[in-house]
Amino acid sequence: MSTVTPNYGYIPGTREIDNTVDHPGHRAPLVLGGKKFADVTDTVTNVAFRPTTWAWRISFVVALSLLGLLGLTLGYLITAGVGVWGNQQPVSWGFPIVNFVFWVGIGHAGTLISAILFLFRQNWRTSINRFAEAMTIFAVMCAGLFPGVHVGRPWLAYWLFPIPNQMDMWPQFRSPLLWDVFAVSTYATVSLLFWYVGMIPDLATLRDRAKSVPAQIIYGILSLGWTGSSRHWMRFEKAYLLLAALATPLVLSVHSVVSFDFAVSQLPGWHTTIFPPYFVAGAVFGGFAMVLTLAIPARRLFGLKDLITMRHLENMSKVMLATGLIVSYAYVTEFFMAWYSKHHYEQFVFMDRPFGVSSWAFWTMITCNVIAPQFLWVKRFRTNVITLFIVAMFINVGMWFERFVIIITSLQRDFLPSSWGVFVPTWVDICMLAGSFGLFFTLFLLFIRFGPVVAMAEVKTVMPEAHAHSGPGGTSLPDEKKSDYWPDESAK
Amino acid sequence: MTTEVETRPHSVAVAEADDPRLVALIAEYKDVDSTVLAARTLRDAGYTCFDVHSPFPIHGIDRHMGLKPTILPWLVLGGGLTGLVGGIGLTGWTMGVDYQFLISGKPFFSWPAFIPVIFEMTILFSALTAVFGMLLLNRLPMLYNPLLKHPSFRRVTDDRFFVVVGTEDEKFDEVETHRLLQATHPVAVERLED
Repeated sequence: MSTVTPNYGYIPGTREIDNTVDHPGHRAPLVLGGKKFADVTDTVTNVAFRPTTWAWRISFVVALSLLGLLGLTLGYLITAGVGVWGNQQPVSWGFPIVNFVFWVGIGHAGTLISAILFLFRQNWRTSINRFAEAMTIFAVMCAGLFPGVHVGRPWLAYWLFPIPNQMDMWPQFRSPLLWDVFAVSTYATVSLLFWYVGMIPDLATLRDRAKSVPAQIIYGILSLGWTGSSRHWMRFEKAYLLLAALATPLVLSVHSVVSFDFAVSQLPGWHTTIFPPYFVAGAVFGGFAMVLTLAIPARRLFGLKDLITMRHLENMSKVMLATGLIVSYAYVTEFFMAWYSKHHYEQFVFMDRPFGVSSWAFWTMITCNVIAPQFLWVKRFRTNVITLFIVAMFINVGMWFERFVIIITSLQRDFLPSSWGVFVPTWVDICMLAGSFGLFFTLFLLFIRFGPVVAMAEVKTVMPEAHAHSGPGGTSLPDEKKSDYWPDESAK
Repeated sequence: MTTEVETRPHSVAVAEADDPRLVALIAEYKDVDSTVLAARTLRDAGYTCFDVHSPFPIHGIDRHMGLKPTILPWLVLGGGLTGLVGGIGLTGWTMGVDYQFLISGKPFFSWPAFIPVIFEMTILFSALTAVFGMLLLNRLPMLYNPLLKHPSFRRVTDDRFFVVVGTEDEKFDEVETHRLLQATHPVAVERLED
């Protein structure tokens, strides 16, 4: 401890640390405010045990109303049939598939944070991985809803799965749409397991902190009798590492498979080899925007600023900038390939996007996905929650429009001018899109209110005190590596 | 007290109330260093049935406790291979044998088209094995545990570290073990009864 005395990083005249500053040789602290282990526990469990705030209640009422809207529109849709959507020839995929791809993409940032950053030993993931994973689960639920009803007769949706049946038929494994069923259902299952397994120790913390008997029983059952045994931790960490290693290729495969739905067809604008990487980058880009959209208000409402610090937000905005540039590059490549192919249907589609009947959607996409993230080059914008939130909102909108442009504009103008058409969404389309946000936010609000919103056990491992040799009397273990975190001394 | 006690008051009370039995000695520590030292002390003294309980995984503690690596990765490999073979079997048999359906003259056993499904099934089976294998090896869920009844043990999920030496250990001797634990500078050494 004695050698760690750099003073840079402290905001002048205060005892607060600006952890967005980098120093060679020292890791910036990831937990601020001079918090100790118990303070971390208090901060996170207080969210679950303190009375509900008004801001949460109002948000919940809004989300629940939208969920109700979804229920009503779904009821109408199922009784009336899918003709109430704007889907028509030639645009037979319409909003449901746009929404499906949008929501599946959102989920990818959660898995990237929880699995890929874990494999890369990016310790800053620990404060945000829990609710990013929750976001993944809820986004995949919203995504699954759309193909489920898009099949037209949802009571026959089980035909999607290879279940032996009286018709003596099997689903067609040569079809990308069936690959999608396997990819998305595997992704949903693995994400759910990953989320739950990581949560067991934190549910045990809630169990041990709960005052009311129902809470003790519920958290007690959910935490499976976890006692923090080192023998358990050892297997737990191994399982977690294996899950991360499995989820990493999985998440890359999911949006690749989603893109195969398009790329394997022969439609101009869809039939291109760039789709898998382009879709994955776009998914991470849009997903991080959604993580920021959720994190910025949540850290303020629930007093999590010392755990979800400015450095976390800045790191996320850097990932967003990088993936945003990949997406922009992919847009340019698509145009280049159209020109270079000398394929006049392909060239026509790519002239039609910026200048044709749906050009407004294309330019919305460019503004939101290419121009808006450029602000993140500037550190002042990256470290300001307001600008960051605005950029994230632009990207949320932009990524929805990207899927709209890909799906709708390509279908509107295919090979034969006689079969061209213009897609017009109906009120059912709009209500279902809004309603899916209701489903997402209702589940998310319930989770951040009653669940362990930050992975407490994991956050504690990235604090300097978690390493042997850094606490009092630390000279006793010469073979232990010293923690390279720069301790936050603002509480002293 | 914790949930487990309240959900099962009778079985515990009736069977054990008359004669609370010593099941372990538990020593409480404030920081990682002294916990690790205590684990080393016990390991060097030849204890095997002891455990370290902590709010987060202490890295390297398996070495200090003398634990063997888990077999979980091998189980996961087995699960993954099952998924792989299952995936090949499912796609190959349904498309190539049981339900031959000619589409654009493509071969019935179009193995490149089956790769995504085979891959997803491999991942799915591996992940399920990783999770349920871990729970099985850890003997979870285990909703009744005398440790969870102990009042100070609640802080194990917060900021305290506990070393628990079970009476089933061959070296266990209430006085001797107590003295050994006391020498490692714990906050307290307490009896755990069930």
